[in-house]
Parts: sequence; structure tokens; C-alpha cells
Amino acid sequence: MFDQSKVVGLPISRIDGPLKVTGQARYAAEHFEPGMLFGHVVLATIASGRLIAVDVRGAERVPGVIKIYTHENRPKTAYRDSKWKDAVALPGHPFRPLENDRVLFDGQPVAFVVAETPESARDAAALVHMHYTAELTHTDIVAEQHNSYEPPVARMKQFLPPPPRGDAEQAFAGASYKISADYILSGEHHNPMELFAATVRFEGDGAFTIYDKTQGSQNSRDYVCGVFDLDPDKVIVRNDFVGGAFGQALRPKHHLFFAVMASLDLSRSIKVEMSRREMFYLTWRPSCIQTVSLAADTEGNLEAVLHHAVHATSRHEDYQENVANWSGLAYKCDNVKISYEIVKLDLATPGDMRAPGAATGVNALETAMDELAYEIGIDPLDLRIRNFVHRDQNLDKAITSKALHACYREGAARFGWSERSPAPRSMQEGNDLVGWGMASGIWEAMMSKGEAKVRLSADGKVTVSAAASDIGTGTYTILGQIAAEVFDCAIEAVTVDIGKSDLPKTGVEGGSWTAATTGSAVQTAARAVIKSLLTHAQSMEPSPLADVTDEQVEIAEGRLVLESNHQIGIAIADIMAASGLISIEEHAKVGPDMLAMKKYVSYSHSAVFVEVKVDEQLGIVRVTRVVSAIAGGRILNPKTARSQILGGVVMGIGMALHEESAIDHRTGRIMNHNLAEYHIPAHADIHDVDVIFVEEDDDKASPIGVKGLGEIGIVGVAAAVSNAIFHATGKRIRRLPITIDKILESETAE
Amino acid sequence: MEIALERPGSLTCPLALTINGNPYTLDVYPWTTLLDLLRSNLELTGTKKGCDHGQCGACTVMIDGQRMNACLKLAITLDGTAVTTVEGLGTPDDLHPMQKAFVEHDAFQCGYCTPGQICSAVALLQEGHARSREDIRELMSGNLCRCGAYSNITDAIEEVLAKQATDPSHREAAE
Amino acid sequence: MKPFSYSRAETVADAVAALVANPHAQVLAGGTNLVDLMKYEVIHPEAIIDINPLPMKTIEELPDGGLRIGALASNSAVAYDARVQAQFPLLASAILAGASPQLRNAASTGGNLLQKTRCCYFYDPSTPCNKRAPGSGCAAIGGLTRMHAILGASEKCIAVHPSDMCVALVALDATVEVEGPDGARDIAVCDFHRLPGDAPERDNTLARGELITGVRLERNHFAQHHSYLKVRDRLSYAFGVVSVAATIEIAGTQIADMRVALGGVAHKPWRDQLAEADFAGAPAEEATFQRVADRLLVKAKGQGDNDFKIPLVRKAIVRALRQAASGTPQSQTNKKIQ
Repeated sequence: MFDQSKVVGLPISRIDGPLKVTGQARYAAEHFEPGMLFGHVVLATIASGRLIAVDVRGAERVPGVIKIYTHENRPKTAYRDSKWKDAVALPGHPFRPLENDRVLFDGQPVAFVVAETPESARDAAALVHMHYTAELTHTDIVAEQHNSYEPPVARMKQFLPPPPRGDAEQAFAGASYKISADYILSGEHHNPMELFAATVRFEGDGAFTIYDKTQGSQNSRDYVCGVFDLDPDKVIVRNDFVGGAFGQALRPKHHLFFAVMASLDLSRSIKVEMSRREMFYLTWRPSCIQTVSLAADTEGNLEAVLHHAVHATSRHEDYQENVANWSGLAYKCDNVKISYEIVKLDLATPGDMRAPGAATGVNALETAMDELAYEIGIDPLDLRIRNFVHRDQNLDKAITSKALHACYREGAARFGWSERSPAPRSMQEGNDLVGWGMASGIWEAMMSKGEAKVRLSADGKVTVSAAASDIGTGTYTILGQIAAEVFDCAIEAVTVDIGKSDLPKTGVEGGSWTAATTGSAVQTAARAVIKSLLTHAQSMEPSPLADVTDEQVEIAEGRLVLESNHQIGIAIADIMAASGLISIEEHAKVGPDMLAMKKYVSYSHSAVFVEVKVDEQLGIVRVTRVVSAIAGGRILNPKTARSQILGGVVMGIGMALHEESAIDHRTGRIMNHNLAEYHIPAHADIHDVDVIFVEEDDDKASPIGVKGLGEIGIVGVAAAVSNAIFHATGKRIRRLPITIDKILESETAE
Repeated sequence: MEIALERPGSLTCPLALTINGNPYTLDVYPWTTLLDLLRSNLELTGTKKGCDHGQCGACTVMIDGQRMNACLKLAITLDGTAVTTVEGLGTPDDLHPMQKAFVEHDAFQCGYCTPGQICSAVALLQEGHARSREDIRELMSGNLCRCGAYSNITDAIEEVLAKQATDPSHREAAE
Repeated sequence: MKPFSYSRAETVADAVAALVANPHAQVLAGGTNLVDLMKYEVIHPEAIIDINPLPMKTIEELPDGGLRIGALASNSAVAYDARVQAQFPLLASAILAGASPQLRNAASTGGNLLQKTRCCYFYDPSTPCNKRAPGSGCAAIGGLTRMHAILGASEKCIAVHPSDMCVALVALDATVEVEGPDGARDIAVCDFHRLPGDAPERDNTLARGELITGVRLERNHFAQHHSYLKVRDRLSYAFGVVSVAATIEIAGTQIADMRVALGGVAHKPWRDQLAEADFAGAPAEEATFQRVADRLLVKAKGQGDNDFKIPLVRKAIVRALRQAASGTPQSQTNKKIQ
């Protein structure tokens, strides 16, 4: 497929670009209805306890206030938990806004104000006074780790640690070289630029159109239908444009609940937009403590890998992500022991954030690998190459493709790794210590079940539709490219219709599986259109294509032709005219090849090389160069693909140096709930990033050879930065983010 | 002293300003920000709300040619000014050179910070203080991008800056 | 935000009268801090007096060679003014180290002087804070103190002043011109901000009804030897962890006059004139700069999370003095620190 592609594989500019750069792309809060109401949420100011009194008198006096909802007067909703479980729900009790008087986390929504204007709603919300009895809070994972437990119900079975193999403890004890260390990650928040919002159009008779900030329009639809007992055929959720999400918009959030609740109750259209602060009380990347122990022989062959991870979850749900299993499959090792537990804290339920689990766990492993390389006295890249593995030893399966050697080779060459002076503190430029560090990344290349429809019109125009979401990933563009390729037309002739729940069934946009899944569905549907077109062509008298199969034909320049001889064929318009058609539409369903998946598992891989300059006296780190070499299967669009990796690298730099949700553990409250004090990288922090896509053919990862790129870009980046800082300064800082204070207060290693 | 609360019983104040070349005569609450005026009252949603506190730059517009955070400007204080938003720069069929450069360099992903980045970049070139990529990075730092398109944004701005330096007619178009 | 009445002042006298008439009135200039605080429900003015119509935007040369900056001159206008850059490059540099171009375009000189602390407890109305709600207590003490004061704090408040511009103004011995119900007066900028003591709700020494009308800078001999060095958690668009404004007048190889003001360490830009005077005549070299740093930090006391600020600011002082002495001030675009 796409061997001589004309559209797929080209750096085509985003087809939604002109709408985005002119402000014409409308996001969830940017839709209007006459007479629309506005809602604003009141947030708890304690992290644990009970509401004992609610005083809404001041708020009710604000002009324009329509109604104030609390747990005492909220409308009836579904009783059973199963009705509240969305497609990404977790083991445990789903959070239900205004369920009762319990406060389970700081910033929990405890009241909802509806008013005629957004300002009235906002200002009245500030006048709702809650009286609480606060209880002692526990939010510090370091202090609470002794209460960790193995999740009694697994979120997904592949998140469970693999059974131990060999005898890791014994091998570790007897090894020539070994390191063992604890790695701590502070909690992070996604902070997509767009504020969470929902605009609900009340259409009467149980019908609603809802513009929601979500990574899955059908997930939002099914959630509100379950919670409010609505008819799924009458509810349309749209997410035509999504202003970033990074996992935070996988599960429906309270704004959607409140908007639909109030719309139903008041029979009015309503808009609810969160504040930036409110977004610090949603899904977050959980704080995590890991212990990684590695041992090797004198040549650097890994003899033991032990990885124990404990991350945070909430009181009411057991969030789980695959933190530690990567350590059992990234490198060849026959003595492996992996363990994984979670611990309840008085915080909102964590959730998936870009490369959930891997960003955290591979970071620890890759820092530990660097430590081991120094312990043995070999080059960190050589250590990785030496322990290269072709099989997934956790699952004992073959890997569909692994061009990681090429990542190492091409990345190292582009970076100039061979020029590196190995000793820490050996490279200097004025007041700056210079450090070069590297790390590997890995992410599971997943394909899920998905559907798509493709329609070809007699005039050659193509429409592709699926309930997929483009959260900045380039989905519009790559789906258009795939269709344009099959129909040999310009991408301008393709209309891509996504972001609507009444389109063909598609899972949430996450895990880097959209390109593989929806892309394959579009390609399959497009091929089905050709097959149907051929049937119509063969009913023509006479038909030059009478005796051929659909595998022998293709579309070229507006004609259905023999692949082997383009002279033989019929114009699309003529075929449709002969059958009295104006268009042909086909629907396709795809899913992973279950048979192949019994033998194979698929991963994307990366090697990332980082240069830092550290002003050690002042604790300032500048990341001055990054080379990220990616083995991610087929690249549908190098321009948008590169951007995906850039984004991962930038977020990885943030993880390494900046990002931390600062909790006052006395009260369990997040205190830097804004973009001035929760630092994400700014322009000045990001120099040029060099992205390399190495050649990687893979006919098993997905029908179109795609592995997905949304996650792999971030995996390993924080470790590469931290390893570079070690190389620069001799300081091994194992708690992220590596801020000024940590550089100043860390000791230089012997 | 001019007292704006002229009409007893009314909380709103009269406001006259120009937005993207169009004159507007409005009545606004004094606590309505320029950002809310644009996004809610006038349905000009090209200007984005990312933090509402001057911490992200998504709401960057030009007020009398100067880039500012619309979220921190009370609309009522802008009587008599001329505001330019992203909608005033170009349309999908007739892109401003900066908008075109952003598309070509893939200087955005989700697109939400983009109008603010573009308004900021257009103003940056008018200010005339940026000469190098380093300058661009520093002087664009008031616009956060969580998708991490920073280096592509710098590429886009650098291209327009270079064209402007070599071709004065491009300069006019860019402004 | 709570509803408020809005009026525009046509004259300084109008504004002063309105401030006197209503103790809960606030003057609005650029709005970058006040509107922010109103939206966070930290400040609830009953009346907003818009002073933007007042003719206070100009920067003028003084007969003695200094400059007078109108209170409404924007931070950008000041930073890019050719006369400011030539005579007071330290001020231009400090302004460009702060905030973002958008904020600097909006923020006024007077407003910057009145900037409130970024203490996260001050900003959260549900926590005790003696500055926001006198007598309620200080939630910062014993809490997250990474950004808090190491000098001049009290048992009532450990907040720091967040401005960059003011640190330079303090180093430059600027004068704040104010006008109030009793007429006009000058306040030395070093006396403008105050330490928290028992009344952390008072950030400065303005009397009720007084309005800042301008800032005066006397001619000096520091234009050749200065540096504004800001250390922060990301390389731009972040409040300082610590900052140093350093200026030296060098005679031969000796310090003829030296001023060092510190940001991010106290409730006000920190300066110790007595200490500075002791170094007159000392050689302008590393060892002296170390002693200067030690002397300035004699009374420094950490709060736990911010203990690192003491060695950090010590090194930053030395570095900034070295930059100043060698005539290579810190660039605010190139983030490498010489």
C-alpha cells in the first residue's frame, strides 16, 4: 500500500490550518444560541471533609442569577455506577458531581451557578459560601507510600506486572556492577491551552446538540445518555476542534455534567466554561515513586532488572497506568522482577497524560541505565546497544518491527555523540558546564476497533467521515491524504468530516491509535468504494473491466483502470451515470488482527539526544540542542508527524525542568493552580529540535503500516535531560522537576 | 470629572471603539473585559481565552497597534481606541503573510494559542526589536503553546521577518 | 469580580478627590495587576477610577540631565526610550527582564510600583493572609515557602515584592512623585515600599488619597557599569526567584560608588546603603564582591523551602557585580549568563 504514493508521505500543510490561523475554527465554548444561559462551578476549598452548610443568599442576589445547584437540590440522576462509567472509566466509584456532602479532593465541584451572563455566573459563584468540617488530609506520596496496595481490579490486564523471570534478586546480589536508586516524579497537570467547556443547545423533546471539549464525542454522548437517561439517537456531541487535551479530555468532565443537567432542568441552552484554576482539579499525571535496580556483568550485559513503582490514585477510583513493565521488555535480560502498586491520596483521580506510565517509568529506567553505564564505565549509548532485544520477553512475543538501531545510529550521528567526552564535568563553555545525555523511548503501537465511511461522488469529490477527533494531531489532514491517495485526487477534493458523535463509531482519541485505526478504516472503506464501483462498471455493456477483480483495479486521473494498464478503464463519472448514481458510499470496520497479535506485539521506539548548558552556581539549565530519532512505522505526513514529536519533546523538557503541581500537604491543596506559577516551557526555553524519522516498514502494526506518534515523542526526554545534567555537573537528581534549588542543593557524585 | 454612570438605573456604560476597522457603539458593564466583549458579546471568538489572567497570551490583540492581553483590559477603558484581532488580519481565502507562514511551517497543532501567537508576531515585527531567532524567542515568550510548536513558530516569524527586510512591499502587506 | 462603579478622571485633582471620597476606590491604569486580582476575588474595589485620560505618559529630560517618567508611561515605552537606554540602561534591562511584551505594553510605571506580591496564599481568598485580610494569620509560614522572603520578613508576613522594574529604581535611587489631598510630595523610592512588620496589608508609604504622578531619575555615572541579573524557574515570562540590580562607578580599579538592590528576597526591593558605603575605595574585584554579598546577607534567614535562595542570591550578587564591573551587563535575550 502507498508504495508509489502521491499524497501519503508528503509534507502537506494541515487542511484545517487556514481556519485555525484566521480564528475561524470554533472550539467548544465558541457556539451561541439565543437566550443561552451560562454556568459557573463553585470549587471546594478543603481536600477532605464534609459540607455542613451552604449559604447561597449573597449569590442569589446577584442580578441575572437563575438557579444555584448544590448536593441538596440537584436533579435526580442515574443511581447505578454502571450508568456513570464512561469508555475510559476506572475500577472504583466514578466521581459524581454534587453526589452528597463528602469532599474528596481540593477543588471538587460543590455547587453550580446558572445565570444570564457569564460574568453574573462567575461573580455569583464567588459569593456562594460553603461551611465545612475539614478532616486531616494525606496528599504526599512520599509520606503515604507505606499504604500502597496492588490494585484489586486491574484496569487492563496488560498493566499488571509480568510474572518474574529468572531470579532477579540473586542475580543482582552476585553481579559485578549494580546500581539501585529511587526516582520521584511530582504530579503534573496537562494544561491544554483551551479551557474545558461545553455548549449545550436545548432542542426540546429530549434532543440536544452539545459542543464539548473531549477526545471522544461518542464517549461524551454515551456518558450523558447514561447519567441522564437520554436517547442516544437524539443527542449529538460535536468536537470539531479541540484546543489540546493530552489525555485530560479522555473522560467526560464535570462541565459536561453540569451543562446537561441544567439544560434539562431549565429547558434552556447553556454554556459552561471552566477557569484555568478549575483545570487543576481534573485528571493529572500521578506523582510516582519508583525504585529501579540494575545489574550487569563486566561487559555491560544486563543480569538483573528490578523495578518497583507506586503511584497516586484518588480515594474513590483506582487509576492505573503501565509504569514499570517497560523495564522488562526494553532490554535483553533474563532476571527480571517488576512490581506495581498504587496509593490513595486525597486528590482528584489521576488519569492518562501523554504517554501515561511510559513517560514516568521509562524515565526512571533510562536514568538508571545512565547510572549503570557510569558505574561500569562504558558509554551510555553502547550499554543500550549491547542489551538490544528483538523479542518482548515479558509476553514472549515477537516484535512487529524495531528500527531502534537506526534511531541510535542516525540520532547519534546527527547529534555528534561520538565527540562526547565521557567524564562528568569535562565539557565547559565559560560559566556553563555542558552536558550531553541520551535516552531511549518506547510506546506500545496500538490499533483499536474503528469505523469510517467514504463517499465518492460522480464529480470526483470525496467525503470521509468518522467520529474521530483532531486534538492537534493532524487527523483531518492524514485522513484526507489517505483518501486522496486511494482515489488519486488532490487533497482539496476531499472533505474530512470528523468530530461528531453521529458519524461512524470511533474510540477516544488517545494512546496514539487514531492514525492506525481510523486511517485503516478510511483506507478499507475507500477500497470498498472501488470494489463497488467495479461492480457497477462490470454491469455496463460492454465493460472493458468485465473480467477483473477489485484487487486488479485502481483509480487514476478520475478513471477506474487496470492497475497493470491504465489505458484500460472507464471514467468514474461514466460508471455512475450508467448506473444512475451520483455517488457511492461504503462503510468499513477495522480492528487489530487478533491472530497476528497472538504472536506479535508492536512498539514504537526512539532515541533522544540532549545537550544542556548548566550554570551551576545559579542553578540554571538551558536545553540547547535536541535530536529525537523515531522509529514509528510509516509516516503519513512528515510535517504534522514532526510537530507531534516536537510537542512531545517540549512537554518532556517541561517534565524534566519545570512542571510540578505544588501541594501544601498541610491542607492538601494545590497552590500553583495557574499558568504563572505552574510553569510549562515558554518560547525562550525551546531551541531548535531536530526530528529524524528512520525507515521502518511494518505490515503488522496496522494495515496501513502506521504506529502512531502522539506519545513516543515525550518518552525518554526527561531522562535524556536529566542524564545530560549529570554529564554536565556530576549531579544525579532523581526527583523531577530539576529546578534551581535541586541543582544548588545536590552533591556532585564521587 | 466625567461620570460614566450617566443613566440612573443602568449599570452599563457607553463605549465607542473600532474593531478590525469597523466602528462599534456599545453599552457594556464596566467589569466586562475586552476579551469577554469580543468572545461573548460580539461573538468574535478568534481571540482565545486560555487563562483569563495574562499568563498565557492566547488573548493577544493589538490595541492602537500595541499587543496586549485582552483579558486584563476592561473594555470600558478602551473608548476611542482601535482594536485589531486575528479576524482583522486575513481570511482563509486571503491569508495575511504571517498566517500563511504559520500554515506553511506547521506553527501550531491544536490551533488554540495560534490567533494570539499570530497577533503577537505581527506586532513583534512592527515593534522592530527582533533581529535574531534568539530575539524572536524572547519577545514571543508571552505566548505559551502547550502543543510545543515553538520552533516552528520561530521559523514562521523568521521567514516573514526576512521577507520584510528584503522586500518593502512585503512589509506593508505584513502590517 | 464584584460590581463596581466606573469613572474617568480628567485631572489629577479629580482622581485624588475620588480616592479621598471613597476608601474602597482604586485607581486603574494598565490593569495588568488590578484586574487580575479583582478576577481572583482578592481585591474588591467599590469604585474604579480610570486615570488613563490623565496626561502622565511622557518621559522628559530634567534640567540637571536626569529624566522624569510620567506615571502612565508604559513599561515598554520606558524600556525602549532612547534616553532611558543611554542614561539608565539598568532600568531598561530590568523592565525587559519582567513579564511579557504584551504585559509591558499595558503596564504603567506607577502601576508597577504598586504591584502586589505573588504569594500564592495572598492570591487564594480561602486561606488566611494578613496582607489580604489583616489579622487572619499567615498561611505561608510553614507552608510552601519556596518563593518567599529571606530578608526583612515578619511573623505576620513572609511575602516578597515581585517587580523587576522597582529593583532597578531602588538601585538608581529614583524619586517617586505623588500628589494627594495635601498637595504634591516626593518619596525616595527606597522609602516607598515597606517591610511587613505588624502591618503587612500596607505595601508602601503612600497616604490615603495619594496618586503616583511620576518617577524622577537623577543623572548618575552608572551607565557604563551595571547589570540586572534575574534568576527564574523558566527562561522567560516568569517571576524572579531572585534578582540583582548592580551598578558600580569605577575609579581606576576601585569602587567609587556601588549600589546593589535585590529582588525576590524581601517585602520590598532590598538595599543596604550603609553596607554599600563601606566598600567605597575597595578594589572592584571578585573578593570584594564576595564580601559585599556576605555583608548584604548577614541577616538572611530561610523559611525551609527557600533556604536555597541564600546561596543563590549570594552567587547572583557576585555575578552581577562582576558583569557590572566588566561592562558586560546581562543580556535579556541571550540567556547565557556571563
